[in-house]
Amino acid sequence: MQTDITLKIDEKNRTSTLYVGGYLDAHTASKFESKIQEIIKSEKYNIILNFTELEYISSAGLGVIMGNIEDIRNHDGDIKLTGMSDKIFRVFDLVGFPSLYEIYKTQEEAESSFGSES
Amino acid sequence: MSNSDFILKIPTQSTNLKIIRDFITDIAVKAGFDESSSCDIALAVDEACTNVIKHAYRGGDDKEITVNVRYDSDKIVISISDTGSGFESEPDDEEAIRNRLNKLQRGGLGIHLMKKAMDEVVFDRDVDSMNSVKMTKYLH
Repeated sequence: MQTDITLKIDEKNRTSTLYVGGYLDAHTASKFESKIQEIIKSEKYNIILNFTELEYISSAGLGVIMGNIEDIRNHDGDIKLTGMSDKIFRVFDLVGFPSLYEIYKTQEEAESSFGSES
Repeated sequence: MSNSDFILKIPTQSTNLKIIRDFITDIAVKAGFDESSSCDIALAVDEACTNVIKHAYRGGDDKEITVNVRYDSDKIVISISDTGSGFESEPDDEEAIRNRLNKLQRGGLGIHLMKKAMDEVVFDRDVDSMNSVKMTKYLH
């Protein structure tokens, strides 16, 4: 049975996209956090989280985003979200994330929001 | 259909969370909930079990969580019990959560999600030191 998460970083000039797939829960949140930390340590602060392949998220995943956003914004960066299914968006919506994070329908829109060159 | 009981006893390991979610989702669908509501119910149970694994047992994986599910024609009732040291008790009302979100602090989101996803959430600790949370969702 598949219970894991898939994580892939795609670097462009202005943005780092973390493609998150599978299941983001208390079992896999530490892997997700490690990947975000890996991006931050490389001093890339324009981060897009692409959830197109994400099947499930719980508060453990939301907590990782919340735990890193201050550091990223302090470096004039941001975490922007894209590719959410209705099911995934509902979890973000239940805790009020849409008022605190920019959410885009497509990867291209998320990239453009960080500036024209990407 | 009335008073169907299902019980899952499972070790307190985070790798088992998906088994728990699948167990709950299947029963919620059987009870008549749509996909969205079934996902909400599974999320609430995941959060409760995560709380047990992380807080009540301090990450130990040699204990058991018991998940008891009962449904009838108008509701599903899920009880989750353990013998650990109790559930996380951070303030989780709307204002406390809003403050933490605004301050970009993590924590307390799990219980908040449980209350958002379900119609009733009741925590209890009985004389035998058994912690439990009982969550109810109605078929509207």
